Amino acid sequence: MLTYVLRRLLGAVPTMFVIVTIAFFMIRLAPGGPFDLERPLDPLIMQNLERAYNFDKPLWQQYFIYLGNLAQGDLGPSFTRRDFSVVDLFRVGLPVSIQIGSLSMLIALVFGTLLGALAALRQNSWVDYMVVGTATFGITIPTFVIAPLLSLLFGVLMGWLPAGGWGTWKHMILPVVTLSLPQIAVVARLTRGATIEALRSNHVRTARAYGLPTRIVVGVHALRAAMLPVVSYLGPAAASLLTGSVVVETIFGIPGIGRYFVQGALGRDYTLVMGTVVVIALFVIVFNLIVDILYAWLDPRVRYD
Amino acid sequence: MMKSLLSATCLATVLLTAAPMLASAQAEVVYNRGNDTDPTTLDHHKTSTIAEANLMRDLYEGLVAPSAKAEVIPGVAESWEISEDGLTYTFKLRNDAKWSNGDPVTAGDFVFAYQRIQDPATAAPYANMLYPIVNAEAINKGEKQASDLGAKALDDHTLEIKLNAPTPYFLQLLTHQSSFPLHQKSVEQFGNEFTKPGNMVTNGAYMLEAFTPNDKIVMRKNPNFHDAANVKIDVVNYIPFEERATCLRRFEAGEVLSCSDIDNAQMDYMKEKLGDQLHIAPYLGSYYLPVKVNKEKLSDPRVRQALSMAIDRDFLANEIWRESMLPGYSIVPPGIDNYPDPVFLPYKDMDILDREDEAKKLLEEAGVKEGSLTVELRHNTGENHKNTMTAIADMLKNIGVNATIVEMEGTGYFDYMKNDGDFDLTRAGWIGDYSDPQNFLFLFESANLGFNYPRWSNADYDKLMAEAATTTDLAARAKILRQAEELFLKEVPAIPILYYSSTALVSPKLKGWEDNIMNQHATRWLSVEN
Repeated sequence: MLTYVLRRLLGAVPTMFVIVTIAFFMIRLAPGGPFDLERPLDPLIMQNLERAYNFDKPLWQQYFIYLGNLAQGDLGPSFTRRDFSVVDLFRVGLPVSIQIGSLSMLIALVFGTLLGALAALRQNSWVDYMVVGTATFGITIPTFVIAPLLSLLFGVLMGWLPAGGWGTWKHMILPVVTLSLPQIAVVARLTRGATIEALRSNHVRTARAYGLPTRIVVGVHALRAAMLPVVSYLGPAAASLLTGSVVVETIFGIPGIGRYFVQGALGRDYTLVMGTVVVIALFVIVFNLIVDILYAWLDPRVRYD
Repeated sequence: MMKSLLSATCLATVLLTAAPMLASAQAEVVYNRGNDTDPTTLDHHKTSTIAEANLMRDLYEGLVAPSAKAEVIPGVAESWEISEDGLTYTFKLRNDAKWSNGDPVTAGDFVFAYQRIQDPATAAPYANMLYPIVNAEAINKGEKQASDLGAKALDDHTLEIKLNAPTPYFLQLLTHQSSFPLHQKSVEQFGNEFTKPGNMVTNGAYMLEAFTPNDKIVMRKNPNFHDAANVKIDVVNYIPFEERATCLRRFEAGEVLSCSDIDNAQMDYMKEKLGDQLHIAPYLGSYYLPVKVNKEKLSDPRVRQALSMAIDRDFLANEIWRESMLPGYSIVPPGIDNYPDPVFLPYKDMDILDREDEAKKLLEEAGVKEGSLTVELRHNTGENHKNTMTAIADMLKNIGVNATIVEMEGTGYFDYMKNDGDFDLTRAGWIGDYSDPQNFLFLFESANLGFNYPRWSNADYDKLMAEAATTTDLAARAKILRQAEELFLKEVPAIPILYYSSTALVSPKLKGWEDNIMNQHATRWLSVEN
């Protein structure tokens, strides 16, 4: 198992290299640069700026400078937020995104599996229809609708919770709810389907035949098998949740890193975009690895050695 | 991990011990203030946006300062003398001006700042604001030494500035953040880190306490500010709202006391619900359509004038922009300083139907047959820009001109325009940096390749602008500038269609907010009432 993990981690290096290279040249293909504002700069001043940030060098040289710095963990200065390096920005923003993301993840996992299992056990009853109906509804309504609605309802009209901003635990409630609602829905649907299937499988039937109590049959044997599709969904979902949501962060005014991808891309903040790409890619790689490890644990048939 | 745990514990201890102390002191007055966006930097030499100007106005004080109504009042300089020829300004600095760390503000701090902004290594986007100072431009080009600058400290409290030409708007210009001083010692000591909280030393009514990107910038009242006794708000939290609707919600929830801008789509709602908390004031800005004059189909001024006539500005201002813009008939917005007798397009008060008839006649004279002319309307991404262009395309149909619409994403758009990209009609906007007609008319000087999108080149216009630059008598100068604008409006290389207005939400709890054409509202003039 350990050799497997090590092999996967080593394999991530060339993957990252390819991602970084493609992203580096793709962002440069976009017209304009970080200093093209609505009010154009004096050509002379533009030259001064380009010199200060190495933009006057050929692109391949800039690429190698970037790679060299990246290898030392330096993601470079941000062009649109010049008082901060990209690493500075992530140091402030990433913990915020991770807090909100992991809470939403946890809630989605707990409520999603509970509801899904419940629906599967009471298949074709009103409980089942309620869960499936609500879940479908939850998936179809986008966060950019839910977020302002929740903020308007609980922040402005009722005044129970802050309408936006960041600071106390109260500020986390609405964004976490917004983020977890669609995830609960997806997890519930996946769990329901997989549990129904697992309940009909041989090993569950065997467990029943042995006369094990339903609690054990469902809770241990059926659910464990039913978790497989949920886990494979949650891996990439966790990577995207933990790296922040542009919509939720913008609407609630949360200082996470989700907004940097869009702000960076629109402002042609090359280093910030690259930094976000690197962070997201790392998260995806790591979570895919975790999913694969969990697979081996959940399904005894899977072996990596 | 260990380190952050440790610091968290320390912080908790500090907070626990500090809490009883705070409780015993009088409650702080806190002002949560919505801003357009976060700053690119707090190094004012490297700033350019309006959001940054708002921050700098609270952190620093220049030689002169804007009052609550944005009139020029004494700042660090308590008085000044202007030589007869208008070329030498001698500022007398107040004795009680201090930096936030207690150091006195000296003439040397201004000289240091003015030399630094011209240093090519600083790469300041607004270095050209101070080009009127002797040798400034040459230093910025790397042709002269910083010490050659025409700004000298005669002693700690006397600053002499020599200008290339009499510049009647020079004092207005000094309210801009590019002319604020810098605390030499901390800038030299910390280098690029001098704007970090803890390092940053400022001389304005407020000083920097914390900066969390995308969250807020916390400023605390500067106890060393010379007018600190009259500063009523203790803490200002500048909160960036790229999403204006978010600011509206937090304003309605009472979490912020003002929003620097609004979402036009919700104008009707705000008018109905918020009443006079919604502020709409004329602003120093024009919205216009540059026309590619060297294209054959658009080279005849009569054709351009016809296009201009057919545009119903009232409709655009009231229906598309929901009154957040005003109908515009000149490039210099009304209400500007040093321009007592403004000039407008002659058909300003004419009925739109008569204007359409007139426009058709003009097209006929120019030999353009009905339906034979097709123009492309280009705009950068933006809901209101798109709707404006769609409406204009419809209006042009009324005079038999076909129009197609092309949209471009923002950053690429400005790059394209600057590099003389191909277009027929496009959109542009200009917000004045100082209240003087020159700041609008210079956009279309033939040498101004950065801003002159139409690449219009008119020798008479250039001559008038050059003449105005050397005229000291304000009345005579205003006349010359008026002639220049008259010529511009006759040729219409760019069609003025709207004037900007500034929009803000201001809570009734926030007192002292005076609407003004510069949209400048320093926190030192405001107070909070519960």
